[in-house]
Amino acid sequence: MDISTRQSGTATIVDIVGDITLYNSPQVRKVLLDLLKDKKSPRVIVNLEKVRYIDSAGVASLVEGLKVSRDMKSTFAMFGLSRTAREVLELTRLIKVFEVYDNEADALRGGSTNVAPAR
Amino acid sequence: MSSPPKPNLTPTKPSSNAAISVRNLRVKYGEREILHGINFEVPEGETMVILGGSGSGKSTLLRTLVGLEKPSSGEIWIQGKDFASIPDAERDELRKKMGMSFQGGALFGSMTVGENVALPLQEHTQLDDSTIEIMVRLKLDQVGLSGFENYMPAQLSGGMKKRAAIARALAMDPATLFFDEPSAGLDPIIAAGIDELILKLKKAFRMTIVVVTHELASAFLIADRMIVLDKGVIVADDTAQNLQKSTQPRVRQFLDRVPEPELTGEIDYLQMLTGDTPPQRQ
Repeated sequence: MDISTRQSGTATIVDIVGDITLYNSPQVRKVLLDLLKDKKSPRVIVNLEKVRYIDSAGVASLVEGLKVSRDMKSTFAMFGLSRTAREVLELTRLIKVFEVYDNEADALRGGSTNVAPAR
Repeated sequence: MSSPPKPNLTPTKPSSNAAISVRNLRVKYGEREILHGINFEVPEGETMVILGGSGSGKSTLLRTLVGLEKPSSGEIWIQGKDFASIPDAERDELRKKMGMSFQGGALFGSMTVGENVALPLQEHTQLDDSTIEIMVRLKLDQVGLSGFENYMPAQLSGGMKKRAAIARALAMDPATLFFDEPSAGLDPIIAAGIDELILKLKKAFRMTIVVVTHELASAFLIADRMIVLDKGVIVADDTAQNLQKSTQPRVRQFLDRVPEPELTGEIDYLQMLTGDTPPQRQ
């Protein structure tokens, strides 16, 4: 799995390529918490377009990201969920908890949540 | 002693979609052979139920599949690797992707439910405690035990203990889940709840599931395929639907719950008592 960040206006986009699993999710967690806690990014958007699968450790890392964003009064969103990733979030009943968008432009615009159809 | 029955299915090459492929598996306890050359495959994402009466070898088969017993010969292919012959380190890695729910639950009584579920994650991963805490809550939610993480196993009912054990088996997101008599000792309503949970897990996570049971109603509800074991050999391997129509005498006897016939004749009885030639029932 590869993870990188880039800036778009005030938002920081986290691009992830590859599956998020038990073994690499600490890396995702570290990047998210670093952006939210240390760099105090006002809006973090996770790009999941190139993530095929997220296991429960990956989901837990995203949940931590969301929790910290709320603690820090920033916002946390994601876009580009694969069908499998979406199913995992639906099964864990988190799809309505996260701010989910279909694509990057929508995520940057913000506003409407959980409207993205499965890819 | 009579010679053990010969295996009735010939070995085949594992299919490309087989999550588990068992070939010519033989297991002995000392000199006594329990499994006499077992062959079957479990396609990925399907639920295989292993049916059989007491002493049929079904629990030995399950214990061998998860690596708790060593085969005397044969192959067990799991996720494309021969589980029986790979080096220990590789087998341990493979085992992390296998979840096992034991008959009695096997929860650690001195640990809370949450600590029981967290244990495999603490032992086998580098995850932070905060991540593990969230995962434990996710797993407990999946088995309908939200909010029970601080309970001790002794404070749970039989059905809840089973659910907690399933949550622990799910901790590492296994690709394959094994159940030993999941509804044994539970009342029918609680047992139905466990069946429903197994169906949900299969559908939700597309897991390959292997269940050992002798509960017929449960077996037909959850199974895609079934094998019937009798005296250490497979007497039937078919879809659940086809198996119900089976005319194989031992399968019919099991499905129709026909008791074993009484031994007839003084010679049979004497031979049974003296162990000379144990009577073979058909």
